Amino acid sequence: MRPFDYQRPDDRDAAHAAARDGATFIAGGTNLVDLMKLEIMAPDRLVDVSRLGLDGIGDADGGLRIGATVTNSDLAADPRVRRTYPVLSRALLAGASGQLRNKATTAGNFLQRTRCPYFYDTDAACNKRAPGTGCAALGGEMRNHAILGGSQHCVALHPSDMAVAMRALDAEVEVEAADGTSRALALDDLYRLPGDTPHIETSLAPGDLITSVRLPVPLGERQVYRKVRDRASYAFALVSVAAVVRMEGGRIAEAALAFGGLGTRPWRDAEVDALLAGEAPGEALFDKAGEVLLRDAEPPEGTEFKLPLARRVLKAVLTEATR
Amino acid sequence: MAVTITVNGQDHTLDLDPRVTLLDALRDHLHLTGSKKGCDHGQCGACTVLLNGRRVNSCLCLAVMHDGDEVTTIEGLAEGGPSPLQEAFVAHDGMQCGYCTPGQICSATAMLDEVAAGWPSHVSASLDCPVELTHDELAERMSGNLCRCSCYPGINAAITEVARRGKTEATE
Ligand SMILES: Cc1cc2nc3c(=O)[nH]c(=O)nc-3n(C[C@H](O)[C@H](O)[C@H](O)COP(=O)(O)OP(=O)(O)OC[C@H]3O[C@@H](n4cnc5c(N)ncnc54)[C@H](O)[C@@H]3O)c2cc1C
Ligand code: FES
Ligand code: FES
Repeated sequence: MRPFDYQRPDDRDAAHAAARDGATFIAGGTNLVDLMKLEIMAPDRLVDVSRLGLDGIGDADGGLRIGATVTNSDLAADPRVRRTYPVLSRALLAGASGQLRNKATTAGNFLQRTRCPYFYDTDAACNKRAPGTGCAALGGEMRNHAILGGSQHCVALHPSDMAVAMRALDAEVEVEAADGTSRALALDDLYRLPGDTPHIETSLAPGDLITSVRLPVPLGERQVYRKVRDRASYAFALVSVAAVVRMEGGRIAEAALAFGGLGTRPWRDAEVDALLAGEAPGEALFDKAGEVLLRDAEPPEGTEFKLPLARRVLKAVLTEATR
Repeated sequence: MAVTITVNGQDHTLDLDPRVTLLDALRDHLHLTGSKKGCDHGQCGACTVLLNGRRVNSCLCLAVMHDGDEVTTIEGLAEGGPSPLQEAFVAHDGMQCGYCTPGQICSATAMLDEVAAGWPSHVSASLDCPVELTHDELAERMSGNLCRCSCYPGINAAITEVARRGKTEATE
């Protein structure tokens, strides 16, 4: 690990001041420390955000405001989340391990880096780790890469489970810039597609501090998260689907679907949601939803298995959510 | 950098490079070598300790981030005699080489508290029922601890016995 300075401010002003000097935030450290050991990330200065008092969960306009440093365990076990946002509890519980969830935080989970093996292999070409070096994943050993949203420069997946549920729930991230100004970002605006700058993953500027996440009243009570992976537990998703559905008179009134394991960012497709709205649930409709979802899919060689897998998981999730 | 951590009930002030992980601080600076380094990347659970009562992978914790925190290691669990889980691991042959064992026991200790607190898991049918520690629940909740010798039958038997005993005691 490269040497670095460490600072633990007790208030946000001090955190912003450090950020203005180019410091990197650290929360649970479960992703950053790992990457620092491998020297994939090598910040000179770390600012610990764990004692800024951002660890509360409270009501907000009928919805919920979740502090940036609330741990994944506390969030999954929170009675309000279990009752009103079960898809979020389910997604969190499907991720990592009991130990990791005790340290991992809400903001850290959103901003975790990809698990692409070529990103981790410092001897391999990787535009995300070392811009301009190329992408060893394309033409390399391919299995768990993105089939949606990739470019010729990068096909790395966003690995988070939590963020998939958050996308289906229309979460907004509240951000404070280093100059103290604040703004809210929908996840669609937070996560960028790789294009020809895969090292720029979000629209956050250096020094932007995520302070909390806001969840609106959920669009529906029927909520499902299903994750398919290579082993039963403690593995990243090959495909995952989060569904939030409102039924009315036997029809789907509204639906919000989000996907993991498929995209270069936590995936949501307005056309899939629009296709389902107002329709009577059924196999033909669910098949159509799969077709729409994958209309622009470009599965690199070795990832083709994700096409039928995604269709099947989507169908199973929609069947469960509309039953 | 000076950092004070309470380890197994005793305060220790250490002067550490910020790069030192909690695991290395415990093993190399405090000579508490019960916590093991398997992968050093959060993947195996051998380094599991209790941090303010909760299980964490100490290999991914920077020691300087834990000023003022309380850590319990496998050595701490044995103070005043082996803990019920430690005894059960011996009785049920819950180990072969023993390398994963301290992590398994620390993890299981906190896992039983999580069950008692009603935390659901990925395999729980409902998010709001009391948790029944079935084989599936146990396997899911302990999936962050790998055993290269594959002593899972003994590990499961040991934890199950302590969980049952805990339950009977609680209802008595
Ligand atoms: C073995 C293993 C298995 C895993 N399996 C899964 C899985 O199945 N599913 C899954 O979803 N995840 C999984 N994870 C990833 C885990 O969820 C993340 O490591 C964790 O959520 C990161 O949170 P953290 O608080 O530890 O982040 P940190 O490591 O502290 O930070 C991560 C990034 O976020 C930035 N950051 C943190 N807080 C803020 C803030 N408030 N404002 C701005 N920037 C901030 C940091 O600068 C850093 O760049 C796994 C991890 C491991 C090690
Ligand atoms: S040594 Fe920490 S998880 Fe493997
Ligand atoms: S007993 Fe050898 S690794 Fe578990």
